[in-house]
Amino acid sequence: MANASVVNRRDFLKVGTAAGGVALVIGFYLPGKFEALAAAPPAEPVALNAWVRIAPDNSVTLFIDKSEMGQGVVTSLAMLLAEELELDWKNVKFEFAPAAPPYFNPLFGLQGTGGSTSIRASWGPLTKAGAAAREMLVAAAAQQWYVEPSACHAENGAVVHNATNKRLGYGALVEQAAKLPVPANPALKDPKDYKYIGKPVKRLDTPSKVNGKAGFGIDVRLPNIQHAVVARCPVFGGKLKTFDDSKAKAVRGVKQVLQISTGVAVVADNTWSAMEGRRALQITWDEGTNAANSSDAIRKLYLAAAEKPGAIARKDGDADAALANVAKKVEAAYEVPFLAHATMEPMNCAADVRADACDIYAPTQFQTFVQMTGAKITGLKPEQVRVHTTFLGGGFGRRAEQDFVVEAVEISKAAGAPVQVTWSREDDMQHDFYRPAVYCKLVAGLDADGWPVAWKSRIVSPSIMSRFFPGSVKNGIDESSVEGQANSKYAIPNFLVEYALTEAGVPVGFWRSVGNSQNGYITECFIEELAKAGGKDSFEFRRKLLANAPRHRGVLELAAEKAEWGKPLPAGRTRGIAVVESFGSFVAEVAEVSVNRGSGEVRVHRVVCAVDCGRHVNPDTIAAQMEGGIVFGLTAALKGQITIEKGRVQQSNFHDYEMLRLNEAPKVEVHIVPSNEAPGGVGEPGTAPIAGAVCNAVFAATGKPIRRLPIRAEDLA
Amino acid sequence: MAISFTLNGKAQSVDVSPDMPLLWVLRDTLNMTGTKFGCGMALCGACTVHINGEATRSCVTAISSVAGKKITTIEGLSADGSHPVQQAWMEEDVPQCGYCQSGQIMSAVALLSKKPNPTDTDIDDAMSGNICRCGTYQRIRKAIHRAASMQTGKAKSAT
Repeated sequence: MANASVVNRRDFLKVGTAAGGVALVIGFYLPGKFEALAAAPPAEPVALNAWVRIAPDNSVTLFIDKSEMGQGVVTSLAMLLAEELELDWKNVKFEFAPAAPPYFNPLFGLQGTGGSTSIRASWGPLTKAGAAAREMLVAAAAQQWYVEPSACHAENGAVVHNATNKRLGYGALVEQAAKLPVPANPALKDPKDYKYIGKPVKRLDTPSKVNGKAGFGIDVRLPNIQHAVVARCPVFGGKLKTFDDSKAKAVRGVKQVLQISTGVAVVADNTWSAMEGRRALQITWDEGTNAANSSDAIRKLYLAAAEKPGAIARKDGDADAALANVAKKVEAAYEVPFLAHATMEPMNCAADVRADACDIYAPTQFQTFVQMTGAKITGLKPEQVRVHTTFLGGGFGRRAEQDFVVEAVEISKAAGAPVQVTWSREDDMQHDFYRPAVYCKLVAGLDADGWPVAWKSRIVSPSIMSRFFPGSVKNGIDESSVEGQANSKYAIPNFLVEYALTEAGVPVGFWRSVGNSQNGYITECFIEELAKAGGKDSFEFRRKLLANAPRHRGVLELAAEKAEWGKPLPAGRTRGIAVVESFGSFVAEVAEVSVNRGSGEVRVHRVVCAVDCGRHVNPDTIAAQMEGGIVFGLTAALKGQITIEKGRVQQSNFHDYEMLRLNEAPKVEVHIVPSNEAPGGVGEPGTAPIAGAVCNAVFAATGKPIRRLPIRAEDLA
Repeated sequence: MAISFTLNGKAQSVDVSPDMPLLWVLRDTLNMTGTKFGCGMALCGACTVHINGEATRSCVTAISSVAGKKITTIEGLSADGSHPVQQAWMEEDVPQCGYCQSGQIMSAVALLSKKPNPTDTDIDDAMSGNICRCGTYQRIRKAIHRAASMQTGKAKSAT
């Protein structure tokens, strides 16, 4: 298969243990033997810790323990290691790490990628691992030269003796270095000496992504692999009643038809035959309790829930009392739909279940869950389940789920062969864990000068965490449902946010920027309504209300300055602004739009984005993530909508669940705030403000707030 | 019955159902996985290859229809990633997840073969059939302009 090498875990997980042949070197620690050893470099690459393996030819393999789904994490993590390890960038290679405890994300307590945590979780451990490895290599060289380590330094993949300029490449030192104790507190570089961190570094994965060689999950090819597709009940929660596979089995290439927990699997010698076989299946489903569910029914449920008090997510002062005595009241209800992730690579997974072991090749965001899933289904011990992480053709939260892994393992186990399960686009769109549809009722009050004194909000939505991490839902509050609003920094003395957890019969999951995707939009549009009601400028209104939130204000002011806020635009164009804090970062965006009321078209011409993500690793990656996050959020603002009828998702492919395309993409300019604050995330924060910025620009054009997404022609009139 | 065609400059013959899409012949029969499955309905462009030089969606192209034709996939663009479009893609660091990029590159190469100096409108027209969920559109546009100037620059220096 392309690119996914099978790693021998024992070789490199034994931290500080050299592999191969060392025991034969008698008297290894006796002075004088080191020169001889250096003359005969090890035949095998040697691991210095869980992330670094160095080969005799000086090439360095870095183990990437986060999933690469486009966010540039391979390069960013490699930069953290390379910086402290003083690597020569042209000798750096990478592999994806297996599932193993050294790679647990300290913010999750398991191995996984999400919540824009990678840099926040890895900066400390990886710079320290790099520095420790460097000190071990320096110590090894110093021993060899009979000098103090302080008389040497590391540069470009070699240790240099300062006085004589003698030089030894890491490849010649690594075997010896691996035997030395791992320093507990290695010295970290002064940031002013950074060669990589903070500089734009070209991505390590780009060459393989322009020649077709990058190995995604769907590209896994194993000897004798079978290809499978699954017929699943179109209604959420429905079950298989009966099926007739006689016609399916007659399709050329179809090998087996198997019942699994999620439906009926057709196994064939190629994916297309499996799809043709599935088309020939005759299945009767028990559609279950959601058979009559619909978007209308869900909306009615939400409206009813919005009439009753919810759990309190935030309460400052007394909003009800304040609202009784205000100069002006503004009331609104905002709505957003379910959204599918629509990663370009549809869900898929390959598994090879054998009596004593199981290999899972997965485009996954959560390796530990994959290992647990494999162990549970096969009855093997977790350590007998090897997880091979591939490149992910997009993640956006969808690949935090286990459904595609369950299917691959169940089918391989039943088929007795390595099997790859591939989802069609229709499968992917109709069996997702959707961004929750949300209804939010708001009322705010302004004083006589037009400044807000009270904000009262009730958010109605299903809960992601109740299913994913149930223990995290306390007192009826799922933080992921209220983030982006309950943590508002706008100085409004009486501030109440309630949450009415309301299940809708539709599976919901993490979707790029999670609760901020809807609450960023709702909060920034309702703030805009208040600014307009009070007769204030959108930028100045926010600036004053964020007087005590310096990082919000910093990005707001930078975005406004770069977008030339206040400067007249050509006729027919308007601007909108929004600022959202999410995942430890602060992002403000100014959108420049034109509205064609006749055709109902909203065109976004330009977006100016300012981001403060603290200390940062790769500025070009940050720019790319802002550019991409903005396009992702624009698709949602202008097009995205999953609707339910008869318990089924009505959309099926890109003709009825449309994506923003190249001809519609705005010019995006990204400005990064220099900062020494702790690192923040960048994968998600770019998405959160864009719907608000665009809708506020439309509001400026039409004089009407956009209170539901996607933006509809009738809402522009 | 075997169906024969030229694949990346070499004679190729496959014995599969005549209505099997070229995409799955490439991916599953020939294990050439650079060409991607995205939608199966010619809606996203991830499966774009060249058939007799024309950008074509392989997911809706029956293998029987390519008999005797010349097919180029991403693997056949260059032996070493040296095609100007690949070079320009690397210079601009276009890919994020990378999944759609084989199709984007094949569409861009086809565009440049017809219009060596495309305008933004030409790029809109030629590239809007290729979806990128990561939103790399701005960089794709820049990379196409860059590839165009690399190619025309090369042509100039050759004369």
